[in-house]
Amino acid sequence: MKRFFALLLCSTLAFTSCGEDLDDNLVLKTEAETTFNFTHNWDETEVTSASFDSIQYLNQNGDSLSIEKLRYLISDITFSREGEEDIVLDIYNLVDVTNSTNLSFSPETKIPLGQYTNVSFTYGFDDEDNIENAYPDLNSENWEVPNIQMFGNIGGYHYMQLEGRFINNADEETTYAYHNIRAADGMATPITTQDTSIQVNLGAITITNDITFQVKMNIAEWFQNTYQWDLNTWNSSLMGNFDAQLRMNENGQNVFSLGTVTQ
Amino acid sequence: MKKGFIYLLLIISVSACSKSDSPETETYEPTPLPLSIPQLFSDRIISPVIPNNNPQTVEGVALGKKLFFDTKLSGDETMACASCHSPQSAFTNNTPTSEGIDGVFGTRNSMPLFNLAWNYRERFTWDGKQLSIERQALEPVENPIEMHSDWTDVINKLQSDSEYPELFRLAFKTSLITKELTTKAIAQFERTLISANSRFDRYTLGQETLTSQELNGLDVFLREDKGDCFHCHGTPSNPLWTDNIFHNNGLDTNVTDLGLGGVTGDSNDNGKFKSPSLRNLAYTAPYMHDGRFETLDQVIEFYSTGLQNSTTIDVLMKNIDNGGVQLSTQDKADLKAFLLSLSDPSFLTNPDFQE
Repeated sequence: MKRFFALLLCSTLAFTSCGEDLDDNLVLKTEAETTFNFTHNWDETEVTSASFDSIQYLNQNGDSLSIEKLRYLISDITFSREGEEDIVLDIYNLVDVTNSTNLSFSPETKIPLGQYTNVSFTYGFDDEDNIENAYPDLNSENWEVPNIQMFGNIGGYHYMQLEGRFINNADEETTYAYHNIRAADGMATPITTQDTSIQVNLGAITITNDITFQVKMNIAEWFQNTYQWDLNTWNSSLMGNFDAQLRMNENGQNVFSLGTVTQ
Repeated sequence: MKKGFIYLLLIISVSACSKSDSPETETYEPTPLPLSIPQLFSDRIISPVIPNNNPQTVEGVALGKKLFFDTKLSGDETMACASCHSPQSAFTNNTPTSEGIDGVFGTRNSMPLFNLAWNYRERFTWDGKQLSIERQALEPVENPIEMHSDWTDVINKLQSDSEYPELFRLAFKTSLITKELTTKAIAQFERTLISANSRFDRYTLGQETLTSQELNGLDVFLREDKGDCFHCHGTPSNPLWTDNIFHNNGLDTNVTDLGLGGVTGDSNDNGKFKSPSLRNLAYTAPYMHDGRFETLDQVIEFYSTGLQNSTTIDVLMKNIDNGGVQLSTQDKADLKAFLLSLSDPSFLTNPDFQE
């Protein structure tokens, strides 16, 4: 009998000692993983890298254009709660539509479940984060802005590079490079710079579980609302064009919107 | 018998959660040799790409160097990798295109070799055909207008050599030589070819001053309304001086060499070639993928007044109708002075890179 119990004990040890602790699954979930999926459209038409390189979009000014490159930076995802400090994720993500990379971003930090009065992020870097040479991974992507007078003697990083071709007023195919950075007037005395990053508000949300936000960029909005962009006038060398940068900021207010939310 | 069974179970129960370590035995391992990363690189850009299946080792690099300079890799044993990639020319040569063992010239300029481990997208050669240094090294050996050999013959020669089997054993723990191990060794050596000691590098580190002409040239390089070179070749924030991306820089209206387009099959890529690094331009003439420009002055004049429009010309090429960015004579001279400050003479004489 003793031998039987010894045998039973040993067998139990042998076959259960490496088993998963099932009670792990009983822990009450208090935090959620968040994911942000970035999608792109030209009004009602979906835009992906597969739709690049073909002149097929018409902006408000009547210019037909193509997209050949699109990448942009988002940073500082923020969760705001009533009566509590904001949860600010001091992160950034370079969305590269051309190469279809970083279209989905999941911050490492989990967010407490609960009601949030707003979820927001910064399009580009605000001045606090827009620091020359601060981000080797962005330097490696050639995302930096040269530290020269023309760009405010301050360096930093691009917000967006949107490039392609358009049909100009002479009915010729030509190129555009809609590059958005911190606005700088290098010719002013003293040199003027202006933080033209944009806080994008996705609105209130109650987080009850791991959650995925679809963030939509309507590329057409970069050329309208409220400034009707004429590519014949402003098509290249825009980084050092203070007024053009302010107009980008103006139009950029309406570019992003919240799509589907799943949790 | 039953007791024995119980003891067996006891052993199982006690050992079931222990690591399944096999007894340690003394085996030879090659000596790791991490890349010597320059301060400027570690400060400014992310880590180099080292394949997990080909770590850098003392023995691997030494073997790769020997192979790189060995003419046994060519059909008639007259040509080595170094024949077209000479250390004295920053690992290129000085002809527009290169002559193979049969006296036939190729169609592309030999690319200089340095800082290859920082090519993050790992597309190598002018047209991006090769997706790793190891794969690139496979190609020239059998190319009929280059080394015009056969890997089977090369491996046989190396295998019957008095030194190589032992060198491969030291590098890869096997004396059975294969083309894969051969190119792994060459790739290890090529990854050590690091150039980061130009006058401009030392200026960036606060160890050197530049002339006012060189500094004005940097301004021309970086200004959107002048050279606007930085969108493809980077800024002082990125010491590679290339984006390692493919562009049609407006060399021809009618593209005959498809470049990247010949690799991807996408006509939108026709005429696109990799932006070369601007380091070591003092030693790497002639320029462009076909070596059409003999001098740096010709290159600068091309971007200033010589652009040719085409359907795939890069959108960053400006003022195409007028031929380019229209630099003044002074700006062209200053730009050239700046570009030459990116050359690193110590790279040419580094004893680790000589035969």
